[in-house]
Amino acid sequence: MSAPVPTDPRLDHRLEVETGEHVDHAPSPKRPGVGGQVWWRHALGILALMWALFPILFIYSAATNPSGTLNTASLWPSGFSTKNFTDLFNDSSRPFWTWYKNSLTISFVGALGAVFLGACAAFAFSRLRFKGRRGGMMFLLLTTFFPALLAIVATYIIFAAIGDVLPALGLNTVTGLILAYLGGALGANVWLLKGYFDTVPRELDEAAIVDGASHARIFFTMTLRLVMPILVTVFMLVFVGLYGEFMLASVFLTDVENQTLGVGLYGMTLGNDANTLFGRFTAGALLGSIPVMLLYLAFQRQLVGGLTTGSVK
Amino acid sequence: MKKPIALAIKWVLIAVALLGILYIATKLAAAGNVMAVVLAGLVGMGVLAVYATKRSVPLKYLVPGLLFMILFQLWPVLYTASLSVTNYGDGHLYSKEESVTDIIAQSVREVPDTPRYKMSVAIAEGGDPATADLVLLLTKPDGSTYVGDNAGLKPLPPTGVEKTPVGKITKAPGYTILTAKQANARSKDLSAIAVPTSDGGGIKPVGLSEAFEGKATVTYDSAADQLTDAATAPPSVYAPKDAKWVNVADPTQSFPQGWKENIGLANYSRIFTDSTIRSGFISIFIWNIAFAILSVLTTFLLGMLIALLFNDPRLRGKAFYRSLLILPYALPGFVTALVWKGMFNQDYGIINQTLGISVDWLGTPGGAKAAILITNLWLGFPYMFIVCTGALQSIPQDVREAATIDGANAFRTLRSIIMPLLFVAVGPLLLASFAFNFNNFGLIYLLTKGGPFNGADTSIGSSDLLITYAFRLAFSGSAPNYGFAAAVSVIIFLLVALMSIPGFRRTKALEEVN
Repeated sequence: MSAPVPTDPRLDHRLEVETGEHVDHAPSPKRPGVGGQVWWRHALGILALMWALFPILFIYSAATNPSGTLNTASLWPSGFSTKNFTDLFNDSSRPFWTWYKNSLTISFVGALGAVFLGACAAFAFSRLRFKGRRGGMMFLLLTTFFPALLAIVATYIIFAAIGDVLPALGLNTVTGLILAYLGGALGANVWLLKGYFDTVPRELDEAAIVDGASHARIFFTMTLRLVMPILVTVFMLVFVGLYGEFMLASVFLTDVENQTLGVGLYGMTLGNDANTLFGRFTAGALLGSIPVMLLYLAFQRQLVGGLTTGSVK
Repeated sequence: MKKPIALAIKWVLIAVALLGILYIATKLAAAGNVMAVVLAGLVGMGVLAVYATKRSVPLKYLVPGLLFMILFQLWPVLYTASLSVTNYGDGHLYSKEESVTDIIAQSVREVPDTPRYKMSVAIAEGGDPATADLVLLLTKPDGSTYVGDNAGLKPLPPTGVEKTPVGKITKAPGYTILTAKQANARSKDLSAIAVPTSDGGGIKPVGLSEAFEGKATVTYDSAADQLTDAATAPPSVYAPKDAKWVNVADPTQSFPQGWKENIGLANYSRIFTDSTIRSGFISIFIWNIAFAILSVLTTFLLGMLIALLFNDPRLRGKAFYRSLLILPYALPGFVTALVWKGMFNQDYGIINQTLGISVDWLGTPGGAKAAILITNLWLGFPYMFIVCTGALQSIPQDVREAATIDGANAFRTLRSIIMPLLFVAVGPLLLASFAFNFNNFGLIYLLTKGGPFNGADTSIGSSDLLITYAFRLAFSGSAPNYGFAAAVSVIIFLLVALMSIPGFRRTKALEEVN
């Protein structure tokens, strides 16, 4: 470390950014305590980590706890055992992998559909000019203020009627639940998407039109590629939202074979099962959390960006 | 200027969409739903008009999303409003005519000396033996075969039908015959079957392989609009009252089968006049507001403090801290709620064990509310942390430097410079978070189910939100009351609308920018 010892922390930071290495400096004898001011932030940071992580540690401990009950579960792992996992996989009345498959199918297809429907609508709102454009956007915003879940009684009855005519799309089917979710595909998503669509220069469209491209060609081969980052963000947000959705899923999916992870795992925490099946439940919860956790960690940058764009203008 | 391939794809997609609509329309026609067939036809013509012509380019992009939105979001909302002025629910599921038919069919008693049918329990081919509607395959003593269900009796063509020597049908085209075990599992549904016959009688199952033909003891007098049950002596007369058939001589007696009818604003007036419901409703509403405000406040405070803590350029390992602090937010919501439910267990939960206390978290009103707020704090603070970090980073460094040069200390800078700028940035998100928590069904339902239930009215839980209350009215009770639940939903709609007006005004101002 041959650099001169700077005392201004901001210069430290700039040097770090420029050289890519942390600037270490001995505490200056003239200004004691400047370098030491960070330790309490670390101390409190570790405290925050403990608060954030202790339930996750508990899930891991309970899932690997050999006895597999709630009353024997402890915060620190008490031995490692895969018994809860094998019990979970071999329970024929609780088809864990089927639940997993259902959850992934519903979230994936639902998110893909929502992104496509939302991107189409956002293209119209951002690129095309028509009567009722502003009104339409305001209407979409208005619908987001009224949670459609409140209409769950009517949704239930409607899908019961659909099931009488088309059993494959009615209650107690994965397809029916996806359709119900797609009803809420527009709304907030279109606002998020349109904001990003607006940042793609219109000159590109105009050049393509001069070259003789149709609107469909512009949309499918040009715009969709240029807005890929926001499509990924919306896909992720919808995927995570649908993966964790419980209310509609619990009303729709009554057969154990059709249930999602949320509904299935919930069934393991009722009555006496809450204690005896706790190990299996946490094993399932641990495995069930993996897809969403991976998505979060992989797309952390987009997620943070997506969450803060709404706030920072 | 289109490529032929793109053109081909377009027409194939249009054809597929139209064929799909045609298929749905034929199914609807088979079910006898004329209105729906007309609607499907209109949708089909709309698809053709939008996509087969060169006109209305915007609609080409809006129709798919709008179709889903209208079908599965707007229609349910309007339907909820229309349900809220009916008595639709347990005992009031059908029309008045259907209730009469059902009561008469259910009153069938075996007429002495009539022949019994051989019977097999079946479902339409391809259905699920555990849930599909049951039908009865019947053989008369003379060998002729019939299919019967609650709608009526139809002859079963003998081609392809196989019978045992005694006449019990073992195979029939178009039907799947249930095994004795499967049929036994459906005995409750089986006992509800009464096949109406043309002479006013009915056919009912006895056990799993025989059925008898009987006469109804109840008769309907359409001129007087009365039902007469001849099974009692003297015959009892039932007249319509409050959408049910009530015994004229003894008003406590009535048939369980009522009918759906328009009751105007009775559901709404019940919310505001029935004293237990009204006081319950008010206490739920107060807790609902308190829950939403406290949730936003606690998560925001913790998230902001942690964001301020890490908002120091000298601090190393911020990315590491952030990756781990985001984890509570990355767990699926149901996992969080259910795991915390286990941790809050009074006898075995680690919270009581670790702290050496014995608080009945989920069994007392105060404990349940505290448990909910603690869980929501854990669940929600990472979001506020991320949002605040983003907002803090967007505050220009020179603003702080200016404050320092003007002689402001760190606290003063925070209070007078950073906080106001932070609030401007995150204000709309706090409102959105409030609106989300106001209807945070998943957390409450999974953690406490709205309980504990120990107030004056056991249908009202002490940690209930309006939405969990409405949900329980509709789906969890032994006697679901869809109409009343719909009325509660409409009230929640109105409350949410009232509370979101300020937020809406704010975004309206934002919209001017575009």
